[in-house]
Amino acid sequence: MNIRSDEPELRSLMLAGLDGDATAHKALLTRLSANLRAYFKSHLARIGKGPADAEDLVQETLIALHTRRHTYDRSKPLTPWVYAIARYRLVDFLRRTKASLRNVAIDEAEQVLAHDDPSSIESGLDLEKLMEQLTPKARQAIQFVKLDGLSVSEAAARSGMSESAVKVSVHRGLKALSLLAIQRSRS
Amino acid sequence: MKTNELIDMLGTNLEPVKGGKLRNTLMIALAVGALSASCLMLAILGLPADAVGGDYSGLKILTLGFTLGLVSAGAIFLIGSARPGEPGRKPLILIGGLFFALVSAGGAALVLAHPAAWSGIIFGPQWAACLICIPLFAVAPFASLIWALRKGAPTNLMRTGAIAGLVAGALGAAVFAFHHPGGSIPFIALWYGGSILLCALVGAMLGSRLLRW
Repeated sequence: MNIRSDEPELRSLMLAGLDGDATAHKALLTRLSANLRAYFKSHLARIGKGPADAEDLVQETLIALHTRRHTYDRSKPLTPWVYAIARYRLVDFLRRTKASLRNVAIDEAEQVLAHDDPSSIESGLDLEKLMEQLTPKARQAIQFVKLDGLSVSEAAARSGMSESAVKVSVHRGLKALSLLAIQRSRS
Repeated sequence: MKTNELIDMLGTNLEPVKGGKLRNTLMIALAVGALSASCLMLAILGLPADAVGGDYSGLKILTLGFTLGLVSAGAIFLIGSARPGEPGRKPLILIGGLFFALVSAGGAALVLAHPAAWSGIIFGPQWAACLICIPLFAVAPFASLIWALRKGAPTNLMRTGAIAGLVAGALGAAVFAFHHPGGSIPFIALWYGGSILLCALVGAMLGSRLLRW
């Protein structure tokens, strides 16, 4: 991942995001997703995995970066933190899919280069299917706050939960989603 | 799902994040672990007859210094390893140094003693109790540390698990030392140090399963 030169800019986006700036947070995730895509593609190409697998990993890593952002130490550079998470997700992915490495085709390198337009690639993650496996509380909280874009207080009023319960449900729901996403690609 | 849809979803209604929460969680876990280990000790062994002072107070202070040194260095390491990235090696060097110092002192004491007395020193009273009670008292602290670490994002699971086991074992040993201070430095090095290392080994094996995320 060659993001070291962008470090100051990415770090300031991260710090703004930690303070609750949604635009900065989205900008950060968008920028990082390009770096992550290149990073995962180059590693997966070696073992003959295609762009869809790389996109799975990009999305798993983005969810991890988001749900674990409290583990970032504000006094430290951002790049090593992002890299450590990306590497952890990659190693975990390789371990999960070890069994399927034997029947991997070698001549897919062209395909990797051909599919370089990120907007055309879909990951194998089906959000709606994953959401079905959440607890009703978490599903509703994520639907209201994260997908419909209701404010926390609106979501609280509509679901009859307290505001802090909504926040906790969203947080737990996202963590559960990332776990479900990983288990899905494990099977 | 497309990646930009995911990013949109993650960024919607973003909540601010406070720093320092992770460290507090670990500290609370450590305190809860120490408290439950002490309660278990009181429930099983009762109130120590001579918690302060007594015949072996020098050795008791040595054991407490050793174990609490391990707990502090290990806790600093765990705070670092709960975050993705390299936690820094200084605490590990300190842990190694503590073991080295204790084992050297134990070895020196053995050399100075008459070989005929060795088995009496090594298999002093209660060596088996050490081996059973220290891991037993370490269970609760280990569980609470794992709970706290799971709130973070450790990336080296085996090493993090090992140090969590070591800290839990050292806490168990500290609690046990109130009841049964070892009779000699070689005894402490072997049975206290050994039990703590055993806990670290179990922690390493469990860590790679329990800490996955």
